[in-house]
Amino acid sequence: MAIKLKTFCGGIHPPGNKQWSAHKPIEDCPLPEEFIVPLAQHIGAPSTACVEPGQLVAKGQTIGAPKGFVSVPVHAPTSGEVVAVEPRPHPWGTSLPAVVIRPDGEDRWAEELEAADPNDLYPEDMVERVRLAGVVGMGGAAFPAHVKMSPPPEKKIHTLIFNGVECEPYLTADHRLMLEEPERILQGIALLRFIYGAERVVIGIEANKPDAIALLQAECKDTPVEVIALEVKYPQGAEKQLIAAVTGTEVPSGGLPMDIGVAVQNVSTAAAVTDAIIYGRPLIERICTVTGSAVREPKNLRIRIGTPLSHLVAVCGGLLEEPGKIILGGPMMGFTQTSFDVPAVRGSSGLLLLREEEVVCQAEGPCIRCARCVQGCPMHLLPTTIAAYARRNLVAEAAEYRAMDCIECGCCSYNCPATIPLVQAIRYGKAAIIAKKRALTL
Amino acid sequence: MSQQLYLSSSPHIHSGETTSDVMRAVLFSLLPACVVAVYFFGPPALAVLLIATLGCMAAEVICQCLMGQPVSSADGSAAVTGVLLAFNLPPTSPWWLTLLGAVIAIVIGKQVYGGLGSNPFNPALVARVVLLISFPVHMTTWSLPAPLGSGLDLVTTATPLGVWKNAVMLTGHAPPEMQAGTLSFFLGDMPGCVGEVSALALLLGAAYLFYRRILTWHIPVAYLGTVVLLSGIFWLVNPEKYPDPVFHLVTGGLILGAFFMATDMVTTPVSMTGMLVFGVGCGVLTVMIRLFGGYPEGVSFAILLMNAATPLIDRYTRPKAFGMPRGEGWR
Amino acid sequence: MLAAILSLGCIGLVAAIALGFAAKKFAVEVDPRELAVLEVLPGANCGACGFPGCAGYAKALVAGKIDLNQCPPGGAELVTQLANILGVEASAAAPEVAVVLCQGDNHRAQLKYRYLGLEDCTAAQKIADGPKSCPGGCLGLGSCQRACPFNAIEITPEGLAVISREKCTGCRKCISVCPRQTIRMTPLESTVHVLCNSHDKGALVRKYCQIGCIGCHICQKTVPQAYRVENFLAEVVYEEHLVAMEAIDKCPTKCIRDFATGYPDGSSLLPSTDPEKSDAA
Repeated sequence: MAIKLKTFCGGIHPPGNKQWSAHKPIEDCPLPEEFIVPLAQHIGAPSTACVEPGQLVAKGQTIGAPKGFVSVPVHAPTSGEVVAVEPRPHPWGTSLPAVVIRPDGEDRWAEELEAADPNDLYPEDMVERVRLAGVVGMGGAAFPAHVKMSPPPEKKIHTLIFNGVECEPYLTADHRLMLEEPERILQGIALLRFIYGAERVVIGIEANKPDAIALLQAECKDTPVEVIALEVKYPQGAEKQLIAAVTGTEVPSGGLPMDIGVAVQNVSTAAAVTDAIIYGRPLIERICTVTGSAVREPKNLRIRIGTPLSHLVAVCGGLLEEPGKIILGGPMMGFTQTSFDVPAVRGSSGLLLLREEEVVCQAEGPCIRCARCVQGCPMHLLPTTIAAYARRNLVAEAAEYRAMDCIECGCCSYNCPATIPLVQAIRYGKAAIIAKKRALTL
Repeated sequence: MSQQLYLSSSPHIHSGETTSDVMRAVLFSLLPACVVAVYFFGPPALAVLLIATLGCMAAEVICQCLMGQPVSSADGSAAVTGVLLAFNLPPTSPWWLTLLGAVIAIVIGKQVYGGLGSNPFNPALVARVVLLISFPVHMTTWSLPAPLGSGLDLVTTATPLGVWKNAVMLTGHAPPEMQAGTLSFFLGDMPGCVGEVSALALLLGAAYLFYRRILTWHIPVAYLGTVVLLSGIFWLVNPEKYPDPVFHLVTGGLILGAFFMATDMVTTPVSMTGMLVFGVGCGVLTVMIRLFGGYPEGVSFAILLMNAATPLIDRYTRPKAFGMPRGEGWR
Repeated sequence: MLAAILSLGCIGLVAAIALGFAAKKFAVEVDPRELAVLEVLPGANCGACGFPGCAGYAKALVAGKIDLNQCPPGGAELVTQLANILGVEASAAAPEVAVVLCQGDNHRAQLKYRYLGLEDCTAAQKIADGPKSCPGGCLGLGSCQRACPFNAIEITPEGLAVISREKCTGCRKCISVCPRQTIRMTPLESTVHVLCNSHDKGALVRKYCQIGCIGCHICQKTVPQAYRVENFLAEVVYEEHLVAMEAIDKCPTKCIRDFATGYPDGSSLLPSTDPEKSDAA
């Protein structure tokens, strides 16, 4: 390679497995028989239902009202009848309140949604439109976008980074979106640049998507937007690692990107921002990669939020065999699901079905201090030490070894030859640290 | 759904490389040195290798049965300890000495601390040092290499380092013939322990481990670099008395020590800086013991002493966490 | 030779004098009663008293800051001893033991999924509310076993925690680590318990557990004063435990158990051969 690609220190190189779906154009997923729209799909306070069973709703109509600033409304994915408002299985593992909608097949937009000319809007109006549209970070964390877009005035954002890295193996949703709908993304980038008032705008893309890099570079030729190819390495798309790769600056421990004048948004969030600000359309659909060795026909689908996983599988030709694990999200940071009854939500960038032999590994062994977790850790921590402390409930020691800095990317567990569930242990330790802090402040 | 799903915390994929894969790779990397040993020292070397390896595995199985633990000798760690122990014994070792060494390595060196991953010292070196101190005569009876088919009987002699130490002690000067054999030392044609004689074969094995990313460069480079630097200083000051750095590199157990003993994962630091500190410490101690100590060879003692310092090194060489100011790890 | 003996002797002498001096000079004054109290405390440092260890409790006792009956492991005997040492009057709290209110091992209760990961109940509970279909059942990953300072808890081969009534001292450590509140403190004198912790409706319980309480009220109808049923879950009224036995055979799911006749199936524990212990209170 002639030029050394930008990246961060640490990380791992898992097999990409993107070949199954990378070349498949985005398909519109047909409407399922029933939508299950959870009222909690974002980080922050869940919204409260503002519809009742039996009520007719239109596509894009608000069905859940936000509660507080760090919260977003929830909208009807299509027109139809509200069948129930009750707890339903949720991707997070428990049953949580959801609005169940039976589509009427008309797919009729709500009338109150209005398009707007961005030239007539102030940044504050745009942020408000984003909030009303329920836009969240689409990379998987699902943090309300309007909160991220309203930094306190003393934190000036000079660099705006768009995350098109998609470093999780298997997933190709962002890749296809960049290839097929670059104008939606670029419009969103222009809007976000205006809102933040940023001087430098960068789109970071992993070098394993040369077609997307070339396309966006061509589209951005006469604009101030830089498109940068980044080394193929997991977790290149983690916020702090992406910032380090692009700017060479580290976000301070315990701090936020805005502390060093940087903001990061996912490319698909940019597309959703376009829809929200220009067309007034709420976030009711996203691109989701349905893939894995147990799926007959891996696909990139444009899905409505609230589509049950069973419907997605059916659209992809069904199962080749019974899966061992159902994972919403990528294989490194996704969540395993108890059944196909769960709906896809705003953060669901992929549905991954793995066969049993791919998910069962040998029983946990003793740590041989091989230091692979240390070498792989993108946060430069000592995962094995933190995990050992966490398991013995030595909360203060785990905190001392900076457990709270862990981003739970999974590099350590991936590398561990003794198959110790390091991330799970560290997560356990983090929960204990938070609980202890809370107990002390009370 | 006919079968039940698996659920777990993320991540959901694994590199696929397990502890036993690592151990198997280490065993494989030790093969060239085994072949060279058998070539130069014949059946006695093979006997030492077999007794040590099987002895270690048997000792581990017996230990774990007695303690009511699941038997884990399939992970190959006992076999690695056994081969490394054999590499550290003279080819003329009687069978009982080898077997005793195997039992010491596994029982006192490993299982009493809680088995794999819990031992503070390199088990093979613990056994070697115990034997060296308890049976000095057996452990320092060396034989000239006699390549297979050459028909020579094994002749008792001294190692190059031993020759040098004797000469220095008696005359204050290095022996005149010492520099002659650097290349043959490198290939393995010198008296010494089973596995330490051929630097070439060991380097071959080490290269494989580097390729498999089981070894990192930190410890070997720091160790050998320190030895070269420090012994080079002494050599420049007084070439009459002190041997040159190349002699240091190719004789004794330095290559074996630097690539296979000092890099034992369990007993060495986990951070990169820690590994460098560890390697430098081993280098300094080795040169000091070789040049000024009572024993001609200092690699085992140097590594064991640094093993003891590992928790301390780990404590003070924590890597600088992402987003922390520089120098944060050194507290 | 002589020089060696002399020099070593001198070193020894100097060291002895220094040590002797240090022992006098830096001696820490300890209330003799505190030592006596520490002597009779069980010494398990289990923390049931609310102090990090027995020494802390001893200090507080001597200072008169805390009641004498705060040490469940010591039981009534300890309270008498402490009362003698400290010269105060005190009465013991009724002795209690911890009981796992579940018999649904992996054989009898349905699993929602197969769990991979940390052998820890709290960690497993965080993944889709634990691998058991029953929301209150024992997960059997042994967090309580590891927390027990008295080695009183066994995990059966089928994955159910069972607490020995003989070894349990009532320190409540297990209760603090159980993520599903499956372990409850009960009076030692009662050997009869409803071993179920699910408030789900009977039909649902039947679906996921062969041996769970379905809230059918039969026990209550048999011995009205000894049982109370709330929220589809029966519970022994422990004041009336002596008559509670009568309903055991009537329970359709066999979820009422008398520990005097045996521990839950799969346990290697034997019922107490010494009936005196249960009458000790």
